[in-house]
Amino acid sequence: MEPVILVPHALAAAAVTPENLDAARAQMGFSLAWHIVLACLGVGLPLLTMIAEWWGLRTGDPSYRLLARRWARAMGVLFAVGAVSGTILSFELGLLWPGLMGIYGQVIGLPFAMEGIAFFIEAIFLGIYLYAWDRLPPRTHLLTGVPIVVAGVASAFFVVAANAWMNQPRGFTVRDGKVVHVDPWAAMFNPATPPQTTHMILAALMVAAFLTSSVYAVALLRGRRDRYHRLGLTLPLALGAVVTPVQLVVGDWAARFVAHYQPVKLAAMEGVYGTGSHVPLTVGGIAGHNTLQYGLKIPDGLSLLVGYSPNTVIKGLDRVPPGLRPPVTGVHLVFDLMVGCGLFLLAVSVWLLVLALRLRRHPGPWLEGASRTLRFFLALGALSGPAAVIALECGWTVTEEGRQPWVVWGLLRVQDAVNVAPGLLAGLWLVVGVYVLLTVGTVYVLRRLTRERPVPLAPQEHDVREYPVV
Amino acid sequence: MLADAALAVMWIGLTCYALFGGADFGAGLWDLLAGGVRRGQAPRRLIEHSIGPVWEANHVWLIFVVVMLWTEFSPVFAAVMSTLYIPLTLTALGIIARGAAFAFRKASSEVWQQRLFGGFFALSSVVTPYFLGSVAGAVASGRVPPGLAKGDLVTSWLNPTSALGGVLAVLTCGYLAAVYLSGDAVRAGDPDLSAYFRRRALVIGGVTGVVALIGIVVLRADAPGLFHGLTHRALPLVGVSAVLGAVGLALLLRAKLTLVRVTAAAAVAAILWSWGAAQYPLMLPPSVTVADSVSQPSVLVVTLAALGVGAVLLVPSLLWLYALFQLRLVPEQPQDGS
Repeated sequence: MEPVILVPHALAAAAVTPENLDAARAQMGFSLAWHIVLACLGVGLPLLTMIAEWWGLRTGDPSYRLLARRWARAMGVLFAVGAVSGTILSFELGLLWPGLMGIYGQVIGLPFAMEGIAFFIEAIFLGIYLYAWDRLPPRTHLLTGVPIVVAGVASAFFVVAANAWMNQPRGFTVRDGKVVHVDPWAAMFNPATPPQTTHMILAALMVAAFLTSSVYAVALLRGRRDRYHRLGLTLPLALGAVVTPVQLVVGDWAARFVAHYQPVKLAAMEGVYGTGSHVPLTVGGIAGHNTLQYGLKIPDGLSLLVGYSPNTVIKGLDRVPPGLRPPVTGVHLVFDLMVGCGLFLLAVSVWLLVLALRLRRHPGPWLEGASRTLRFFLALGALSGPAAVIALECGWTVTEEGRQPWVVWGLLRVQDAVNVAPGLLAGLWLVVGVYVLLTVGTVYVLRRLTRERPVPLAPQEHDVREYPVV
Repeated sequence: MLADAALAVMWIGLTCYALFGGADFGAGLWDLLAGGVRRGQAPRRLIEHSIGPVWEANHVWLIFVVVMLWTEFSPVFAAVMSTLYIPLTLTALGIIARGAAFAFRKASSEVWQQRLFGGFFALSSVVTPYFLGSVAGAVASGRVPPGLAKGDLVTSWLNPTSALGGVLAVLTCGYLAAVYLSGDAVRAGDPDLSAYFRRRALVIGGVTGVVALIGIVVLRADAPGLFHGLTHRALPLVGVSAVLGAVGLALLLRAKLTLVRVTAAAAVAAILWSWGAAQYPLMLPPSVTVADSVSQPSVLVVTLAALGVGAVLLVPSLLWLYALFQLRLVPEQPQDGS
């Protein structure tokens, strides 16, 4: 199971400066961290919008229809920004990591080609969904949303399958520094694909659901207690509440998978240095002196979690030389933060369930009044969006940092994949500058959209000024 | 044979990107040149209507080409991306600015915002195809050697052939856009606007022809290998492109706007395919061939099969998208509600 150093030399890098490596990692890291939020909204927001539109059609309730139109307006902006920030990632794979793509591009090409098709479908039907709201019969229009959701989920699956391959490279052999006998299907459906893709798709739904509901939680806290805002909170929050418990189970599966297939990564996540049984679960703490200091230790906890028995042997970081270990403190704390945010979201979900049960038993006004409990619930709802985003970013960091120093686990180190062209640092600053502007623009435009009144009939048609609902 | 099929599919993707995505960039050029807020209102409105629903789908062709290149010709992808790091980073940033600014402009209602975002949209619409064209020039003139960042980081894309490629890319995008928009204006019921874009199509078509003639001299001096290919094997395609360009100008003069769409698109496609024919079988002139750089047959078979299945889903969807918005350019009165 220990990684073997096997760097193909066909394209082996020349002199890599540490500056170049850091700049490339920083650029890839932050442009991915930026895009991943948009990608999640791209998966989840169309689903929420369709649900709202569907209920609006079924019940004729104007609040649902208004929600659908509002979300569709935001979707138009978010999808465009997501599409372009995703494009730069496919460029960056070559601009920053030509050593990876020059050798293994053909191995992981298939999921990306399929992602291209899925993204195409998404873009086509998004154009139809947003711009043809007033040109199609309502039911047909609703149906044009289905391909967006399906293709969005498929896109997430394909992209994360490619990432899973970096954790579990399969489907090829290396002979004389060249990749031969490529089996693209085996590469795509590597062992890491099922847990990683499931975990990510559920995370995407959670991010979209909690982020959307937190916008309305803030509005409710500010006193806008009308039906539109109450539904804007509860509809997405309900989706989040359904997904979160499932995510807990899937997360456990993913962690156990890592324990068996990437023990070094798990050892870094949990700060385990020595291989052995009766390994405690450490919450928090800082790595030092070959242990996690200052952490809260739960005896036998990790052994129990991984193998349901205190006798379960956990492989420690001592199995690989120090140069091949991921950064322990960072990976461990970030992992704990993700789990913490997940548990917080679970608490919010359970509370929503309690409220719903109470409403069923005593039908009547809901989310009304000014009780302290209600305000507290709304405050938690407002925090749920940021918490979901933090969990998302942390989870992604664990996957990527936990694989260090490898870009392809056990086969190709990050420093052997990076572009050797000088000046990557200048490129980094330029890209950071553009992203700052992009962030400011996106936030500004989205904030304006929430205040827009009336909402145009077709979400993208400025000409249509009148909308009877508002 | 399989390698050639993979290359052809990639080249078809590139052609689609030039014809559809290119026209969206060209629309940005006309947006830039449309003048002040009042004078430019009508053309900008038409541009927004025409490209709004379709630009994201058109943009996917670029991703398609990039993914095909790294899947089918991984070492070529690595060499091109690492040596041409600078213009390709600028291309990526231009794509971000163009797409985001276009979406922001659509979502904003105040004039100063629309001008700000519109400016970003229009400027990046011109800059981006220039860099893409200069990348094409760099490859075609043999300035990208195999390996990681083995070429000159600056002169590989700042040279006569790259400049020619960049300028031609901007001009052909503008030509396609003007031709398409003049037809769109007719269907939107605005003959004046149609004439406006027809005039511009004529001018830019003429300019493109002149630049192409100058290009003969440039390529002869700067890229003899490419020049030889263009004047020998690719000569018929070069001829087709020239003839179609001239026919297009004649059709524009007679306002045959539907027919000129076909000739304009075919002329631009012929330019791309003549480059391909001139260079074939070299992927990175002067030494790396298709056979040197192509992926394993198993990769090609599976990828092409997946794309074939994907095409069954894609083609009808794309046709529906274009039909929906091209056949009825102006939305009808709302039927929903009361």
